[in-house]
Amino acid sequence: MSVTFVDIPDVQEDYSPCDEREVHNSFSSVIEEAENDVLLELIPRGRNSGNRRNALCEYHHATMRILANMPSRTIGRCRGGALSEYYNRTVRKRQSKKRPSLYSMERRARPSVKQKDLSEEAEEEHQRLLVSELQKTSGAQRIRLLQSFPLSLRVKRELRYLTLETDGFRKGRNVNFCCSSVSDRISLATHRFWLMLLSALYALRPWHAALKQIGGRFGSSALSYFLFLKTLLGFNLFMSLLCLLFIVTPQAVHPHRSSNPRSFTSLELLTGAGYFTDTVMYYGYYSNNTLNDGCSSSSNTSVCRGGKGGLPYHMPLAYLFTIGFGFLSTCIILVYRMSCSFGESFRVGFFSGVLALKVFCSWDFKVNRIRCVQRQKENVCMQLKELLSEHLPDRSNPDFKKRLRHVCVLIFSWILCAGSWLGAALAVHMISEHLHKDHRARQRTGGEPEVEAMLLPLPLAVSLCNLLLPYMYHALGLWEKLDSPILEVYIAICRNLLLKVVILGVLCYHWIIRKAKYLENKCWETFVGQELFRFVIMDLIFNLLDTLFGELLWRLILQKKRKQKCRTEFDIARNVLELIYGQTLAWLGVLFCPIIPVVQTLKLLLLFYVKKASLMRNCRNPSKPWRASHMSTAFLTLLCFPSFLGASVFLSYTLWSVQPSMSCGPFRSLNTMYEAGKFYIKQLEMTNPQLSWVSRIHYYLWENTFFIYLAAAVLLIVIYFHIQIVNGQRKIIMLLKEQIANEGEDKCFLINRLHSVYEKKSRRHRPKIGNNR
Amino acid sequence: MGGSSSQLSKELLNEYQDLTYLTKQEILIASQRFTDLLQKDRKSTDTTETGRVSKKTFLELPELKANPFKDRICYVFSTSENHDSMSFEDFLDMLSAFSDSATLEVKSYYAFRIYDFDGDGALSREDLEMLVNRLTGEEENSKLSKDEMRQLIDNILEESDIDKDGTINHSEFQHVISRSPDFVSSFKIIL
Repeated sequence: MSVTFVDIPDVQEDYSPCDEREVHNSFSSVIEEAENDVLLELIPRGRNSGNRRNALCEYHHATMRILANMPSRTIGRCRGGALSEYYNRTVRKRQSKKRPSLYSMERRARPSVKQKDLSEEAEEEHQRLLVSELQKTSGAQRIRLLQSFPLSLRVKRELRYLTLETDGFRKGRNVNFCCSSVSDRISLATHRFWLMLLSALYALRPWHAALKQIGGRFGSSALSYFLFLKTLLGFNLFMSLLCLLFIVTPQAVHPHRSSNPRSFTSLELLTGAGYFTDTVMYYGYYSNNTLNDGCSSSSNTSVCRGGKGGLPYHMPLAYLFTIGFGFLSTCIILVYRMSCSFGESFRVGFFSGVLALKVFCSWDFKVNRIRCVQRQKENVCMQLKELLSEHLPDRSNPDFKKRLRHVCVLIFSWILCAGSWLGAALAVHMISEHLHKDHRARQRTGGEPEVEAMLLPLPLAVSLCNLLLPYMYHALGLWEKLDSPILEVYIAICRNLLLKVVILGVLCYHWIIRKAKYLENKCWETFVGQELFRFVIMDLIFNLLDTLFGELLWRLILQKKRKQKCRTEFDIARNVLELIYGQTLAWLGVLFCPIIPVVQTLKLLLLFYVKKASLMRNCRNPSKPWRASHMSTAFLTLLCFPSFLGASVFLSYTLWSVQPSMSCGPFRSLNTMYEAGKFYIKQLEMTNPQLSWVSRIHYYLWENTFFIYLAAAVLLIVIYFHIQIVNGQRKIIMLLKEQIANEGEDKCFLINRLHSVYEKKSRRHRPKIGNNR
Repeated sequence: MGGSSSQLSKELLNEYQDLTYLTKQEILIASQRFTDLLQKDRKSTDTTETGRVSKKTFLELPELKANPFKDRICYVFSTSENHDSMSFEDFLDMLSAFSDSATLEVKSYYAFRIYDFDGDGALSREDLEMLVNRLTGEEENSKLSKDEMRQLIDNILEESDIDKDGTINHSEFQHVISRSPDFVSSFKIIL
């Protein structure tokens, strides 16, 4: 029987890391070599070291070989690991033999290193193997592979050099000799100039230093807020560029009214009305015809001049397409980022090792201030202690009374929250109704600036709700005393979010349904644009006030009272929700006020600096564990799902089924804004009969429902397949996990059997050995 | 190698770019910082090898100064005989491993080396204890108690020691690390 056992290792060697080999096909021989080395190393280690399990030490040589080939030994074995292991092993070998280190060895091409012993030859063999494997890869792939080797630069260079040499390339270094000195100098000068330019560009990178400073003091948690802000800024910059280029500038170049009747007072910056009403800021100003051949519609000569060059610029179409394109690309980018983020933070298969993760992954290497490092240490220590106490088995169950009280508290706080949402919705509805009735009445009597100022209480009330109610939710969260801090954060986010959704829902209903009915003779789109402008500005003001009072004053009060340095925590969740709310306003307003992305961009810029200054001065690190990547995924999802989706639904409803006002805007005289496209196509067909194919394509692809259904069906099928694939993968993972568990049991069983067999065998041999000695 | 001078030749720059995860700009900034370090080093000590910064000066770098693992980082990336000085290329190696674009594989490899205090290629109980002590601070009041430490290490080994040999080897370490989405973003040092 023992004979068969001894034979096993050789059989095993053939297929133990076979799946790995398939993946990293190109490096199979190197990995194999490295694995063989592992086997060789394992044997003396298992015998000699005393701190291993005692039982293991006694295991026989063959048992060790089998153990080393067990599947669990090869879990996660990767190319980089294998390579580096093998390299480091040679380092160790050399060091143990008191030979010059590997790095002086690297210049072995020189004749000075003459003696080569066996291990050196083996090492050269290794290197040759690596080089030959590298040669099999293509250029870009080779660079990627070399980058991913965890070896030192010098070794990598050597490898690359050898690879290139045997490839037949010459290295660039020697080529320079053939160049003449003048061109040499010129190329050097340009190179130096290029380097200078590069370093200058590096200094210009937006907010690199600021973000590094924040990361250095507060770690990833607070940094995630600023990174989110940066993402939003990117979206807004893109949208502003689109709007400025294709909507605002063309219209500004062709102004259709001679002069603005109203004069500028500073109140406009708050209300957005008055002087601003008849400017490019709002929907109402834009013309409904072709801009640069519109001589017939306008007597202005500047308009006629544009007609000479290029294609006609049809404003309604430009308006429609720019906003449509902006939304579509934002949607694609958002969904793409979200999918990436989901892929990163929720990997397939879960791992329950919380403590191991905490210990291995919790240190933030970015943090570089001594005090903050101290704080991070304290946090890690506290979290470890908490986790440990959770692991302890003696967790007493709370008695019935306590649990009942807890449930009561929960029910009460949720009722309170629901009440606050209802109350906020009702208040917004009443204030809005009242103010607009009042507004209409006042407008009839005149008095321009006061009329507009009277509309300010609505955004004021909404912003006040948004400012104060989150504090109530925070207090409720403290009162509830939930077990897990993560759950607490999610509940706070959920409550804040619902509040914002409710308020914005009521407002949207007012703007679209009621305004469109009431202000028929007036330009209701401009009115909605003004409202949104007011909301955005008010949101900014309240954000700044919150920063000033909530953070600065609070710190001063705390310092006075406690006579020591005491700071508030930076509430990331609330701040991010504020950002999402502001962004929703901006997205809602793009159609009615094309300049709003620009305003939002400026607002975000200002917020970045104010928040950063406040964070540095007034706040301290959050002590709660903050899973940065999970939370940023959650925020991105929130930005996509209620915020962006809500805004798109609102806008599509406006485009497709609300009648635009008759007296103003690019879509006057149409039933819906969407008809502009159809109208233009018809016009095109009439004027240019040879372009009728465009209209036919438009008719068949767009108007015909068949294609839409087809596209939807294809999409659904794709989604279905993906779901099936993911389900399959999940099942396979389950099976594999079971298999791993089974293998573990098998392993224990086999080890025991082997052990007993070899014990018997050695018992049989021992007397002989004893006799010999 | 004249790599430490501020004037990097074009070929060298390209080569560095090919062999590390750094961009050209990052390499240039690194070379500037390294030159500064060299000058500082020359002032404080007079017996330095050419093109190498002594460990003491290197650990004064503001990005590393407060890091509890700074000596380990220097040890792991230094290629000198006694691991007590850094050349420019070692510096680049370090920045590359801690850079944005380095893969999880590379990062986890170096993290393993950093946490492997005795350098035997596996994280033993002693290594883990030292690691936890550095994480929580070595002072008496902040340290975990002996019982807590034992419990913690038992739990860690139970969670991650797949082959049950009492130590965590590189594969097991990588297996754990790959479950944490935050690791790549926190194992980062930016110049």
